[in-house]
Amino acid sequence: MSDLLQLTAAQAAERIRTGELEPEALWSAYRERAAGDELNAFTWVAGPEAPAVPKEAPLGGVPVAVKDLFATEGIPSQAGSKILEGYRPPYTATAVERLHSAGAPVLGKTNQDEFAMGSSTEHSAYGPTLNPWDRTRVPGGSSGGSAAAVAAGTAPWAIGTDTGGSIRQPAALCGIVGMKPTYGAVSRYGMIAFASSLDQAGPFTRDVTDAALLLGAMVGRDPRDSTSLALPDPIALPSASDLRGVRIGVPEELTGEGIEPGVLARLEETLDLARELGATVETMRLPHAPHALAAYYLLAPAEASSNLARYDGVRYGLRADGNGDLLHMYTATREAGFGAEVKRRIMLGTYALSSGYYDAYYGRAQKVRTRISEDFKTAWESFDFVATPTSPSVAFELGAKLDDPLAMYLNDFCAVPMSLAGIPAISIPNGLADGLPTGFQLCGPAFSENRILDAAYALERAIGFDGSGARA
Amino acid sequence: MSLTRDQVLHVARLARLELTEDEVERFGTELSKVLDHIETIGQLGPMDDVAPTSHVVAVENALRADEPTPSLPRDVALAAAPDAAMGGFRVPSPGAGSGE
Repeated sequence: MSDLLQLTAAQAAERIRTGELEPEALWSAYRERAAGDELNAFTWVAGPEAPAVPKEAPLGGVPVAVKDLFATEGIPSQAGSKILEGYRPPYTATAVERLHSAGAPVLGKTNQDEFAMGSSTEHSAYGPTLNPWDRTRVPGGSSGGSAAAVAAGTAPWAIGTDTGGSIRQPAALCGIVGMKPTYGAVSRYGMIAFASSLDQAGPFTRDVTDAALLLGAMVGRDPRDSTSLALPDPIALPSASDLRGVRIGVPEELTGEGIEPGVLARLEETLDLARELGATVETMRLPHAPHALAAYYLLAPAEASSNLARYDGVRYGLRADGNGDLLHMYTATREAGFGAEVKRRIMLGTYALSSGYYDAYYGRAQKVRTRISEDFKTAWESFDFVATPTSPSVAFELGAKLDDPLAMYLNDFCAVPMSLAGIPAISIPNGLADGLPTGFQLCGPAFSENRILDAAYALERAIGFDGSGARA
Repeated sequence: MSLTRDQVLHVARLARLELTEDEVERFGTELSKVLDHIETIGQLGPMDDVAPTSHVVAVENALRADEPTPSLPRDVALAAAPDAAMGGFRVPSPGAGSGE
């Protein structure tokens, strides 16, 4: 296994293609590692028998770990919630179906914050996931299981979802690559909904090449999701060796107060590397970015309060009896089935949408969202990309922010503006601070995935991050 | 902005959540703190001339061909139900129990 563990997913796929490696051997090796997972990254692991993969499949049979909230037919899909305990959906999410057809069978389902609400994976009904770099710390969230599995080498690669940073922040905290594509690039069909105008699936990988390979197999228009889009060009494997002519903007608003000094120091070093590679790097403004978090914590809970109305103990999942009438069956089921953070968000969203508050809260937040999109559009007149830290901090200790929801929400400070604007963003490993990974975030205009991947690839090579320490 | 106990209970009722005494207390305090942060969007001044975002990417008329496809078979749709009976989802009567 030690040899196989050194391979990126793209390298493993290539060896399978040339006949040097049997896909069954790769499956068995990773399945055993996933089954022996000590980080609580997995909530379900596939059986020992390797699924049949067509010979010419572009992903070669390299298995993929899938965040629990993707519906997978006949396989538990619980979204980290007690209210869906034991739920086995009758259909499979489009993204997972596409990966399977492309030659990436499901290795296991990964732990997450309940319904993707959280930044630490501590809000899972199935216990927290631990960070492979330091098991006393969180892996980030909400897709913490996927991030920890890839970082620890219990999965070659994984997918997750990002509503306000839930791919990028755990990727940063676990020292791997995570990408949220343009809103609509990947079908949301079969993704258990949190905030539908923001939810977007994407890859977790060891390097940028793997991210391009995996994302390329997920994207595309789906007749079952009317918000899904065809990208103007297929996702290409990155190849840039420099950043000549590339203009990078660094927003004052997301690189100042509240960012840990160690994180800022790594950012500055990487910006210097970008200059050495030929890029111009300039400070710029995103004037409304500081208000993104407030707008996000109105819009996402408002959408969640509506989306989560479906958990009523009627069609699937948990049912509690209440005192025997219908209304009390609903309220008792939801009281017993939802965790504290989900209740908080439902309460917040219901409040924001309630009579008399709509204009001041939800309506105004949608206008702030417009302003944030306009800030980015202005930026693209002068810059190709905007760069920020992915997370203001390195991985924090388990329990450190559980009693302070606002402190937890502030983890998303640098990630939320891109979500509100629906634009693509990647996080790449950016060296260590205090022995823990930091992330470098690069975002660009809608549909600029290929350009982002190319720039991230050049930077990745210059940074030379070594993540092997977490795969012991 | 501080949420009163009555406001917490009102919102919980709208959201069909039955909260414990502890939760009423806890959510009142926690949500008040979050609302204090959220209300900073009020500092942006009048926004009468700003159009609210309805969709982040310009998409027009996302239509698909109107081709009938089979629905889930009834037994499959009912398979995960906590209480399936007579080919449907059985629920308690709205009028049973003490009600509201």
